[in-house]
Amino acid sequence: MTDTVVAPEWAARYAGPAREVCRAALLDLARADSRVMCLDSDVGGLEDLFAELPDQYVNVGIAEANLIGVAAGMAAAGLVPYAHTLSSFAAARAAEQIKVDVAGNNLPVRIVVTHGGLSAGHYGPTHHAVEDLAIMRTMPDLTVLVPADAVEAEQAMLASARLPGPVFLRLGRGATPLVYAEPPAFRVGRAVELRAGDDVTLMATGPHPVLMALAAADLLAADGVRSTVLNVHTVKPLDSAAVRRAAARTAGIVTVEDHLVVGGLGGAVAETVSAHRPCPVRRVGVPDRFSDLVGDELTLLTAAGITPAAIATEALAIVRDRSVRR
Amino acid sequence: MTEVEDLAARAYRVRERILAMGSGPEGAHLGGGLSATDLLIVLYGHVLRVRPDQPDWPDRDWFVLSKGHAAAALYAVLAEFGFFPIEECDGYARPGSRLAGHPLRTVPGVELPTGSLGHGLSLGCGAAIAARRLGRPSRAVVLLGDGELQEGSVWEAAMTAAGQGLDNLVAIVDRNGWQITGRTEDCVPLEPLADRWRAFGWAVREVDGHDIAALMSTFDSLPAAAGRPTMVLARTLKGAGVPMLEDRKKSHYVKLTPKLYAKALAGLRNRKERLV
Repeated sequence: MTDTVVAPEWAARYAGPAREVCRAALLDLARADSRVMCLDSDVGGLEDLFAELPDQYVNVGIAEANLIGVAAGMAAAGLVPYAHTLSSFAAARAAEQIKVDVAGNNLPVRIVVTHGGLSAGHYGPTHHAVEDLAIMRTMPDLTVLVPADAVEAEQAMLASARLPGPVFLRLGRGATPLVYAEPPAFRVGRAVELRAGDDVTLMATGPHPVLMALAAADLLAADGVRSTVLNVHTVKPLDSAAVRRAAARTAGIVTVEDHLVVGGLGGAVAETVSAHRPCPVRRVGVPDRFSDLVGDELTLLTAAGITPAAIATEALAIVRDRSVRR
Repeated sequence: MTEVEDLAARAYRVRERILAMGSGPEGAHLGGGLSATDLLIVLYGHVLRVRPDQPDWPDRDWFVLSKGHAAAALYAVLAEFGFFPIEECDGYARPGSRLAGHPLRTVPGVELPTGSLGHGLSLGCGAAIAARRLGRPSRAVVLLGDGELQEGSVWEAAMTAAGQGLDNLVAIVDRNGWQITGRTEDCVPLEPLADRWRAFGWAVREVDGHDIAALMSTFDSLPAAAGRPTMVLARTLKGAGVPMLEDRKKSHYVKLTPKLYAKALAGLRNRKERLV
């Protein structure tokens, strides 16, 4: 796959934040299906968007545990609620409601969260969500989606409508550069191969991690190292077949995520290869410690050691180790 | 036999069944089950539009036992009204049974699992909103413990229910006055409870939670106010009907030895005349 040239109309349509694209998609879903409900917890903007469908909009206020409980009650009684809040407030504060009321009953609740990872930037650690994927991965039957850009976010939103069980859809805050120049063939649970190469595999989830993995692949190519780059938009259920193929085909795997190195994509990949096809797995992510650094998203990612150069360094270490072993 | 007499007789049988479950290998939450018994009997015998032979009937009323630890009482009542065979209660808490210490959705008549306190009222709000949205006549009825009201999420849901004007939602507090560590008012005071619910926008009714006729007429008169959810504050006695357990802190969770079981049953039978 070569670098993409994006058509101007396309770029304009998906120029904004992924969450705006998802909101528009939700409105379309709600127009088409009267059971679809927009459930708000005072996140802002949804009330205006749903002014045309007031009966399909409920604002429970600033009350995330209640948000998830109400969504579960709605879903159990026949509605299809899309519950909106920030990722940390869903995954951490309302974890028990997600566990007991939503996932525990395999109900079609769609939890649409923003401010995933470090995308809240200068808001600070209260608004960062770098443990959300680890927590959500522990919920049986929950599908965990992390689209790489606004295009894929729209695809994920549309796909969620067809899933029978619960969904956790993790979005960022601001706009991010597009990964896709055309609508991807989005399939829940199926990782997308963005580059093919036989030396090493870079598996990334989330907008900046995927973009950085692609940039790292360019750096590696300059050193003569060919990388496979996989966009893992579905963290659960993990595409274990793709992980096993990567383990078989290349020297090892570098995982990239805007999430703690504990329990997220890196953890999921390591769990899979250790059972099926052991290979080196190096995890690029947020270090396992709290940080009070103030900064925008890219500043925080860089400070956490999540950069194309760091990804390339880990990949080179895997390739070099294999050469030594040989 | 009048309806009140019939329900009183059922309540007596349910109490016997609850004690039997408490005499099993794991014991049971007897105090809060016995305090809720008459409420549950009136709900299932007189109030809730449900079909025991068709638990998923779309137009049914929704009941959520938010104080899920009263599971033994719920099972005894569901069995009494034919949701599953009464003999199944003998398996309570035993390996392989459907009847856990807190209710699971696999039990006919149980809408959603509960047990972690503070969840039920939100679930009820969601079900009430769904009924309104889908044009169904269903009401959502949620039974809360009084100690449970210390969970903040209850009040999140209380605000949502009032804000949404859910007059198809009825919440009941089993006001037995006790929690594990002692009297609620000595732990984290709840009073003035009726005023608190009124201040949250609810219509409030207060009733003797063991007076079957009074409970029937209270529930018959709901919703208490158009456009507002109703709170029924039911004054109850922890361990009601079994003298050795009544109004006792230690009745919260009891494992009845054969000797204590015999004593509890004898106490209940001595009260039979008054209860039935």
